[in-house]
Amino acid sequence: MTPLLLSHLTATTCLGRGLAPTRAALENVDSGLRHCDFETVRLDVWIGEVPGVDEVKLPAALARHDCRNNRLALLGLEADGFADAVRAAVGRYGKRRIGVILGTSTSGILQMELAYRRRDATTGALPDDFIYETTHNAYSVAGFTRELFGIEGPAVVVSTACSSSAKVFAAASRMMACGLIDAALVGGVDSLCLTTLYGFNSLELTAPSPCRPYDAHRHGISIGEGAGFALLERATASLDADAVLLLGAGESSDAFHMSSPHPEGLGARLAMERALADADLTPADIDYINLHGTATPANDAAEGKAVAALFGTSVPCSSTKGATGHTLGAAGAVEVAACALALRHGFLPGSANTETLDPAIPLDYLLATRHGEVRRTLTNSFGFGGSNCSLVLGRAE
Amino acid sequence: MNLSVFIDGIGVLAPGLESWSAAAEVLAGRAAYAPAPTVLPAPAVLPPAERRRASRLVKTALGAGLEAVNHAGADASSLATVFASSSGDGHNCHAICETLASDDRSVSPTRFHNSVHNAAAGYWGIATGAMAPSQVLCAFDAGFAAGLLEAAVQVASAQTPVLLVVYDAEYPEPIFSKRPVPDAGAIALLLSPARGPRSLAAAKVSLGDTPMARMDDAAQEKLRSDIPAMRGLPLLQLIARGQAGGASLEYLAPLTLQVDVAPC
Repeated sequence: MTPLLLSHLTATTCLGRGLAPTRAALENVDSGLRHCDFETVRLDVWIGEVPGVDEVKLPAALARHDCRNNRLALLGLEADGFADAVRAAVGRYGKRRIGVILGTSTSGILQMELAYRRRDATTGALPDDFIYETTHNAYSVAGFTRELFGIEGPAVVVSTACSSSAKVFAAASRMMACGLIDAALVGGVDSLCLTTLYGFNSLELTAPSPCRPYDAHRHGISIGEGAGFALLERATASLDADAVLLLGAGESSDAFHMSSPHPEGLGARLAMERALADADLTPADIDYINLHGTATPANDAAEGKAVAALFGTSVPCSSTKGATGHTLGAAGAVEVAACALALRHGFLPGSANTETLDPAIPLDYLLATRHGEVRRTLTNSFGFGGSNCSLVLGRAE
Repeated sequence: MNLSVFIDGIGVLAPGLESWSAAAEVLAGRAAYAPAPTVLPAPAVLPPAERRRASRLVKTALGAGLEAVNHAGADASSLATVFASSSGDGHNCHAICETLASDDRSVSPTRFHNSVHNAAAGYWGIATGAMAPSQVLCAFDAGFAAGLLEAAVQVASAQTPVLLVVYDAEYPEPIFSKRPVPDAGAIALLLSPARGPRSLAAAKVSLGDTPMARMDDAAQEKLRSDIPAMRGLPLLQLIARGQAGGASLEYLAPLTLQVDVAPC
């Protein structure tokens, strides 16, 4: 692909609002996870909750979009001056020349879950104040964002579970290559809800302690929430040396099982190979891999095999989910931000909570942060239904 | 900007329309449209375990998708896919929300993995063995146009065929009152970058703001507006009639998706 500039980006997770606290926590190998006290949930699990989401007020004209997911979206958009950068881009390119392509897995389903507790005792009807279209529906966050900025270009939500907001980068790059749009607001937003907390628990995929990616004693995921966004523009001839570019994207399907990865990581490997080919790079060109690394026994084993088969055992890699939790449909965009921070500031984040490496996975897995020049990174995002996406990012030099 | 593709195969499942050939007769005016509950084919392509777990929504997507692939004489195992659905599986959503609102919040593991918006794409992969990229979209009522736009962009970018499947199924009460989708419906199109022996029509896709087309027949217009996936009916009508012409499909206001077709 023709490299695209990530002219602005931001991420909000349990590590904090915006890039500065995210960078500090990743560099210091801090974790934002704590024992679950979300809503009325009574489960022995750990979560990555973003503080202050409940206090966010949507603009009055957009009140029908009010739900936890869109509150988190707004909180995320307002960090790092990102919303101002979007408004400037709308002014520069025109409101029909910008696309809004966002990922989410559960959207505003919490709003539906809460409405089900308030059904009419005789008719069973949902309460009058529950609005399906602009809260629960999967498109809600893109509709909200498009309206917030008065954008009139193409918009869509990609919802492929935990690869959603990695795939938006690929979709936007194709639309830009076809000349359909000049810039794209991409990203992902997923927020805590009962469906994922109880659902992953029913699949026995949640850990009773903070998740420990790639640890020999890993026991499953810790669910987080997050909002990550990037503004994609065409790269100009002169760029700052530390400008971050999207160099390639690769997508694949496992065609194997709804909720388990292919045991040899075949789909994962295909996605990584396609991303490298799209970037016209070889495995030796990659300085750091941000792994999907959910901390389930099956994911890390399969991904580890795929990475070792393609890259060998000497490329430094880590999962940042011990810090942020698994932000599901937001994970792709959040981990693009982690890669961008690594590229800009020259550090490879160590893996929070991971203590004992799994001897069965022969990778250069980072327990501690390493400093040094980072020129190109790859990030993996894999989802239920066997949906895989890998992205290659690089410095402009 | 416009994107050129060829339509090599079509699949249709909708109330009173069990296939593209049945739909073509109705849309060409050779047969009357008689609305009736959607009849879903059994997903014989799935292994038995997955067949038991497949919902009406998944069966709808698989049925229309396979019809389009067979119509085009294509090989499903090598095809990239674009799936678009407005609402997901309403029965599954209802069951999960009921459980979570009860004293025992033990969600069924199968219900949980079926709750992802990309469930149909996942089952499609298991059924066909396709490891090609699969995109899964939602644009509420604009899903047909959003899916067609993404599929046409993919065909133009990769210069390979792409299967588009746009599908919806009914929501039960109490959600139905908030989202009144009455029955299952799907349209699938096999799109190619070059004209082939099976090509049915050439199509140019572009964004515009021409007001959206509606169906002349009242019952067909009700079908178009009741089930979001059926927003593609004006395009299918042009193809069924072998006409060159344009259709503006519902997209995201103020935009519509302009599709200009010419028969092959």
